[in-house]
Amino acid sequence: MSLLLQSVRKNYQEPDGTPLPVLAIEEYELVQGEQAALIGSSGCGKTTLLNVISGILTPDSGQVTVSGTDITQLPEVVRDRFRAERIGFVFQTFNLLPGFTALENVLLGMTFSRNRSDRAFAKSLLERVGLKDRQDHRPGRLSVGEQQRVSVARSLANRPALLLADEPTANVDPANQDMILSLIRETCSENKVTLLMVTHAAEVAQKFDRVDRLQDFNRPEPASREVVL
Amino acid sequence: MNLFTIAWKSIRQRGLASSLTALSVALGVMLMVVVLVISGALRAVFSQNTIAYDLIVGPKGSGLQLVLSAVYRVQPAIENLPYLYYLELKEDRRVVSAVPMAFGDVTEQGSFPLVGTTPEYFENEYAPGSTFRIRGKRINANFDAIIGAEVARSNGWDIGSQFKIVHGGADGTHIHDEQFTVVSVLQQTGTPNDRTVFVNIEGFYAIEGHETPLNEVEERLKKFYASSSDRLKIALDQIAEARALDEAESASGHGGHHHHHATPDAAKEVTAILIRTRPKSPFDAINLSSDLQQGYQAMAVNPIVPIRKLMTDVLGNVQQGLLVLTVMIILVSGISIFVSIYTSMTDRRREIGIMRALGARRGSVFGIVLAESVVLCVGGGLLGWLSGHGIAVIASPFVTAETGLLLDPWVVYWMKFTVFNFEIELPVESVLFPMLLALATLVGFLPAMTAYRTDVADALSS
Repeated sequence: MSLLLQSVRKNYQEPDGTPLPVLAIEEYELVQGEQAALIGSSGCGKTTLLNVISGILTPDSGQVTVSGTDITQLPEVVRDRFRAERIGFVFQTFNLLPGFTALENVLLGMTFSRNRSDRAFAKSLLERVGLKDRQDHRPGRLSVGEQQRVSVARSLANRPALLLADEPTANVDPANQDMILSLIRETCSENKVTLLMVTHAAEVAQKFDRVDRLQDFNRPEPASREVVL
Repeated sequence: MNLFTIAWKSIRQRGLASSLTALSVALGVMLMVVVLVISGALRAVFSQNTIAYDLIVGPKGSGLQLVLSAVYRVQPAIENLPYLYYLELKEDRRVVSAVPMAFGDVTEQGSFPLVGTTPEYFENEYAPGSTFRIRGKRINANFDAIIGAEVARSNGWDIGSQFKIVHGGADGTHIHDEQFTVVSVLQQTGTPNDRTVFVNIEGFYAIEGHETPLNEVEERLKKFYASSSDRLKIALDQIAEARALDEAESASGHGGHHHHHATPDAAKEVTAILIRTRPKSPFDAINLSSDLQQGYQAMAVNPIVPIRKLMTDVLGNVQQGLLVLTVMIILVSGISIFVSIYTSMTDRRREIGIMRALGARRGSVFGIVLAESVVLCVGGGLLGWLSGHGIAVIASPFVTAETGLLLDPWVVYWMKFTVFNFEIELPVESVLFPMLLALATLVGFLPAMTAYRTDVADALSS
């Protein structure tokens, strides 16, 4: 198993201090190399779930096991390193650093892991996403589709076990959508990386063998005011 | 890619703000280096290494004025001493060398001071361990001259050049008729000798108008030797002899026409006497000095004492003031670095979030922001240090040409620091960079803490 969530609870707080339950997942699992699309309406907690899986947010309770490690038990410093080394991220808004070239953005992905920066591997990733000739270009000089391809290359820089993609095609034109999607799925298959892609677009989700609706396994109960008071 | 590379990229991204803040640090450090170089040069001029004499004897008055006139030749002479007194000092068993100096006139071209002295002046060291290197021949004739390197350079004079002198004093307009000829040129010494024209003291006396009227001399001798009747008698006898000679000349029909004959020693005067005492008798100078306090209308000063006082009282304070000013400039630059980085933190919140999402630890993003501050502070400091010394290297020949001040562009300025009750002396520049590092840490700390505390999920969704 590559990803296992058990009894995960995550609440936010309303401005008045009332807890706002966002995640209440009894169990959710992905096996090694599996690719799943996670769909859900806007505001249903998709991004929070990804943040919890990646260790950016800690759940209030429950276990998040990635590649056999319960990351909720790790100290923050170790969790950060675990994220750098085992989890790849593709964001909706690409999140490339504007002052860095395409190649440097990929290398940045390697900087925070214990592995040495492997320039040759970074170049091969850019080549794989079709940007061999654009590696010295900064994001500002790349098209939106190219930027997302750099972001895909960066997410694979540390050979992660799990790739989390948060609406990676939402900001890309339709022509590039398929290409990006294929690229992510193919590279994950080639490297046996488990893929969890969050999307609200049904046409994107259709391309996956496994499609999960967040509402089906996430049932946060609204807090009872009496209990709080 | 390491944290410094990331920091450097961030600095480049904010190119204009970064360069301006680094430049302000550079400017502060550059000014500090220039202040240190200039004060180092002044210190060298006014240090004990400028003169290799133990005492300077002159008429009673201000010790500082005596040193400034006899050693630095920047002040007019106080008064004169009898030449006989010089001869007397020369015979003192405690005195190894006594060199007379007579001065007051300046060259017509360039207004360089003229000093009448004896060849002994050039045989002695001019500064501890440094002897004169002279190109040319010795002074033979009365109107032969040895000129300092700066005089030669500035006036374009060389061996064989001829010049006239202007009589000193308040008017300073009378040009003497005598024509002097340069017979030797001194090599640069970095001392006031470079800006001086030396003539034989006998030549100095031979200049028309340098002879004091005998009546006046007599009065001065009476005053000077007031408590030493034996010596006064010898001196007055010589004056009487000279007067008789003059009268005999007048009687023999030479009328108003003045004949230049040898001036008797009693009628000669010197402006100052440089004394070297026995090298292994440290008390000679003190004893001699206290002997002079009593008896004669003369004083002997250790050339170092009044100058050291001047250094501490005036130059020291000015230098300290300038250093404090430059430190303030550097501090203000530090604040501008703080403002620059701190205001950029709002824009960079997302970048920090991205790095954290990619696995950067809080400590790493803290380190990146701190590294930016260090690069700006220390990089700016290095730039300022190099440009400060660069300016000194470039300006040095011009400053020397204009002022005679020898600038050492790489002078090391030592300062006492007290650390945990231990007093240590360190070159100022060796503490400059640790101080810049401390400043960088101080001003970078708050922005770095902002980066440290960044909420990743918030930053990414912003």
